[in-house]
Amino acid sequence: MTFKGMDVVSVRDLSREQIEQVLDLAQKMVPYAKGEKTTKILDGKILANLFFEPSTRTRLSFESAMTRAGGRCIEIAQPLTSSTVKGETLADTIRMVDGYSDAIVLRHPHEGAARLAAHFSSKPVINAGDGAGQHPTQTLLDLFTIRQQAGSMAGKKVVMVGDLKYGRTVHSLAEALAMFGADLTFVAPSLLQMPKETVKHLEKEGISARLCSNLEEVIADADVLYVTRIQRERFPDPSEYQKVAGCYRVDNVLLREAKKNLVIMHPLPRVDEIAPEVDETENAKYFVQAFNGVPVRMALLSLVMGGELQ
Amino acid sequence: MKDFRVTPIRNGTVIDHIDCGQALKVLRIIGVTGDVTSTVSVLMRVPSKRDGWKDVVKVEDRELDPREVDKISLIAPKATINIIRDFNVSEKYNVNMPDVVKGIVKCGNPNCITNKNEPVEPQFIVESKDPVVLRCFYCDRIQEDFADRLV
Repeated sequence: MTFKGMDVVSVRDLSREQIEQVLDLAQKMVPYAKGEKTTKILDGKILANLFFEPSTRTRLSFESAMTRAGGRCIEIAQPLTSSTVKGETLADTIRMVDGYSDAIVLRHPHEGAARLAAHFSSKPVINAGDGAGQHPTQTLLDLFTIRQQAGSMAGKKVVMVGDLKYGRTVHSLAEALAMFGADLTFVAPSLLQMPKETVKHLEKEGISARLCSNLEEVIADADVLYVTRIQRERFPDPSEYQKVAGCYRVDNVLLREAKKNLVIMHPLPRVDEIAPEVDETENAKYFVQAFNGVPVRMALLSLVMGGELQ
Repeated sequence: MKDFRVTPIRNGTVIDHIDCGQALKVLRIIGVTGDVTSTVSVLMRVPSKRDGWKDVVKVEDRELDPREVDKISLIAPKATINIIRDFNVSEKYNVNMPDVVKGIVKCGNPNCITNKNEPVEPQFIVESKDPVVLRCFYCDRIQEDFADRLV
């Protein structure tokens, strides 16, 4: 079960054991990610961060993770500065970057871009989001946060709310949580409910998720509330966006009905789906979740580049 | 009343046991678009001992290449191919849908990287053969109405 040289394009590329291996190593990386300890685990290694779409958390946390692990980054952070604008194919960009680095992190607006990059690169490729497709490191850090904050994933009641149709993080998170035996509820207006394909996949895995549109109905039983932003940019038709924008809001009034130790998560950025007053509660874990991107990505980078923590 | 019969062919191919209603798509796959130089016979909704009803296509002076057979397997997975030489069936085989379909269907997701001028052939994993379910290897999307996107 070696990770060295492996591409991580989709969370489906990983077995349950491999996911656990990443999460266990991420736990060990926490003091290094916080800067309390230092390591040279990836000393001399170069990571190519190729971001063809805007990103704040993912790009910065990969850069932070690589730096904390003792390695260095080269990057395309603005596609306008790259040869893509001159008409170069992604395949050629990847073949070129392959010669400059030890691993490639790719965010791209087109679905399947990371799989294509993996095809053309001899170095490990990590998908950092391809259009409305996969974003496996987000899934890993979400799993890590749930395990860290809720104690485990098995048997936990996880409620996902918001844009479950276009939100790329929720599909693979739902599939991964099913693998670990979580109990799933999907709350969304019918226009934005979890795609049938994902629900069918879960059923095949023996998980029957509950689908509803009313958050108040299910909040009392939840152990984890995973909130997502309704993303304007994923709507082909702006009038469809207007119909559903702002239909869920988590605030302290709603939380009166919730368990005391409810874990609230959000992949960020948020707009108005979580009221700022919630930030002050013990339940708000979304900034911890954002931090967890660093130890989880440190773990994954170390595994695919063959670094070992002493 | 006089029966209309499709006469035996000397040389060519009979594609039998095509799923009912798929004959015209089979014609498109084998490039029969109206401008033909040999006889083409199309039988639609004829009784079949095996399947109840079926379509049949006969083309004279023509044998199929493996790529065409792979395409036919996607829309008519129960079809049989009979190669006729000098009025005799010289070869007969069932179409066999591959586990991975490469370069014969375009992905239906316009945002898929395979639709963006990259130097790759579209590739699909056959998730199920009955009914036929194809998943794009690159963008993971399950394909709907792929018969319209055969290339």
